[in-house]
Amino acid sequence: MKEIIRAAIVIGRRDLTAIIFSKAFILFLLGPLFPVIVGVAAGALGGQIKQDSDKPTVGILMSEQDTMRLLAVRSQLAEQVGQGWYPELRSIGKQDEKSGTQPGKSPREYLTDKKNSLVAVVSGSLENPKITATQSEADRNDDEIAMLIGYAKSGQSTQLPKVDMEIVTKSASGAKKGQQVTGQLAQVIMYFLTVLLTGMVLSNLVEEKSNKIIEILAASIPIEAVFVGKLFAMLIMSLIGITIWTGTGISGFALLASSLPLDAIPAPAVGWPVFLILGVVYFTMTYLMLGALFLGIGAMAATVREVQTLSMPVTMVQLIIFFFSAYTVTQLDQPIEQFAAIFPFSSPFAMIARAAQMPTLWHHAVAVIGQAFFTVLLLRIGVHLFKRNVMKSGAGGAKNTAKKRKLFGLIPLPR
Amino acid sequence: MIHAIEARGLVKIFDGFRAVDGIDLNIPEGSIFGILGPNGAGKTTMLRTLLGIIDPDEGTRSLLGSQKPISQSRNVGYLPEERGLYQSMRAVDTIAFMGALRGMPLKAARDKGRMMLDEAGLGYAADRQIKQLSKGMAQTVQLIGTIVHDPKLIVLDEPFSGLDALNQAKLERMIRAQAEKGVTVIFSTHVIAHAERLCERIAIIAKGKISFDGLVSTARDRLRPQVHLETESRDGPWRGALPDDCRVEGNWWHFTLPESGVEPLLTALVEGKAGVKSLSIERPGLHDAFVAIAGEAVAAEMDEEMAEALL
Repeated sequence: MKEIIRAAIVIGRRDLTAIIFSKAFILFLLGPLFPVIVGVAAGALGGQIKQDSDKPTVGILMSEQDTMRLLAVRSQLAEQVGQGWYPELRSIGKQDEKSGTQPGKSPREYLTDKKNSLVAVVSGSLENPKITATQSEADRNDDEIAMLIGYAKSGQSTQLPKVDMEIVTKSASGAKKGQQVTGQLAQVIMYFLTVLLTGMVLSNLVEEKSNKIIEILAASIPIEAVFVGKLFAMLIMSLIGITIWTGTGISGFALLASSLPLDAIPAPAVGWPVFLILGVVYFTMTYLMLGALFLGIGAMAATVREVQTLSMPVTMVQLIIFFFSAYTVTQLDQPIEQFAAIFPFSSPFAMIARAAQMPTLWHHAVAVIGQAFFTVLLLRIGVHLFKRNVMKSGAGGAKNTAKKRKLFGLIPLPR
Repeated sequence: MIHAIEARGLVKIFDGFRAVDGIDLNIPEGSIFGILGPNGAGKTTMLRTLLGIIDPDEGTRSLLGSQKPISQSRNVGYLPEERGLYQSMRAVDTIAFMGALRGMPLKAARDKGRMMLDEAGLGYAADRQIKQLSKGMAQTVQLIGTIVHDPKLIVLDEPFSGLDALNQAKLERMIRAQAEKGVTVIFSTHVIAHAERLCERIAIIAKGKISFDGLVSTARDRLRPQVHLETESRDGPWRGALPDDCRVEGNWWHFTLPESGVEPLLTALVEGKAGVKSLSIERPGLHDAFVAIAGEAVAAEMDEEMAEALL
């Protein structure tokens, strides 16, 4: 075991330094950021456009006194309820106080003049106000304008009364639903990271096989060490990538938003610190299990083309596992959810959803031990098949009476 | 005598084909041992089985006293027939990696690798990637990687293939230098000249079986010396002393020395007034012995197959 670990470190160190110091690693780190950056930029731009288009401006075509009173009322109320509550008001002209007529253009003309960019025009007086607008804009703004006119006309104080508030906790069903959402969110993130990162393991032994280095490795160290070293090198590389992406995402959020929207995500049952740790642990376990499986499959592929052909069914398998696990989120403690928690490939997904909904921790210790054992089993199977099919080691059709036969080198078989 | 490698009844079968077919072998420690055989004889398969790269289907093997060859990997250096290097790795890092695989600390392996590259005249290329080196330089790097950790046993599979004459000479010097330090060196080849120059003992393998295992001199002695005789006359009573299958080229007579030896031949030539102008007796080389021994094995196998077919 000591020798396997030592040799695995040699292999892992070589692989990791070869990857990290290659130009391709920069592209690997930037790759997922491109859609995120594009999405954030598009969202911000779209939001800005929406905000601008949702900021209606109403022109005031009244006497100077009425106009001033309306503007003052609007400003005082907006300070208390927010700028978006009432439409923007802008004086566009003065009405003759004696004749009641507007010198210059009519309200309709002001409205249709693109330079003004108005959604409506309020004319007349505070006693007899008139709104000129399209039907939709009139429906949208008439109540707010009427409220402002009401305050301005009556002269009542615009100081809104102070209201005491008592915040209550959410209802039990609301909390449960929220935690399910948290669990599902964690599953989706884990799934996307897994699909993004484990596929690379498929082709991990191609270089050694095509360059014939595998013979040097096989003569020097146990093949198990090659598998373990490569798997952990890829895991560390993936974790580095996730750390950088997460850090970039958090920094981006902090810059663009006033605060991180963590309050919007319902708190998991085990609490955020434990939940995040379990998230990392379960991602690691699902990566190791799938990585061990893919390493074994990819190790037997003869060419890069075969590896590429294998990628599609492998992704389909991951999708099925994810859908199955996602279905069981709402079936907590039901037989199907328990099966998902026990079945090794779906266990990490099911357990992270459990962590969101149940505070029990010992379940997770048992699950992680089971997943670790399954990873070891997958590695042994992969090594056995690799030795048999690629290295052509093992029984080649002749009876080996000298050695005790063992299934996958682990379980003794009767003679 | 302590053996670096021992094998008893070694068999390896690939899809029903017996690539190694019941091999018994003892390779003494501290010797230069050659494994000769035609293409497809099973040399590489046998070496891989002995080194633990693949497991035998029957028989036993031990490497430096251990039945688990991988456990002795720190004491073994192996250069495979199909050279394999990471193309993007620097030369010195490649050597360090190979040393680390065999248990050396990485820094020590790197420092020693740099020193050995200097000694081999490749110090300037230490920081170049393998893909930037010529084939000969890359092979030298791999050879250094094979011995950087000071192994007790060095196994080289077709080490001379692909090397020019200068590099072949360098490799021969390296093999001798290692042997002088007490290292056991085993190499396989189908170019007999190298084995003849370097080896004390050889094994000739053909069709998966060992046809000969012993000293080079013993292999040579399997064939009788060749006589090259030039005479003044072309006929006479002395002709009876020559074997019937003697080859004639003008006044030259080429034949295998009779079992009776050289003295009766000389007596017959002198008394028969043959007029001997030139007489040389040539001891057969290892090449001739190899062709004869390997050829016998192939012929014997063909006879067996024909006999089985007739039955």
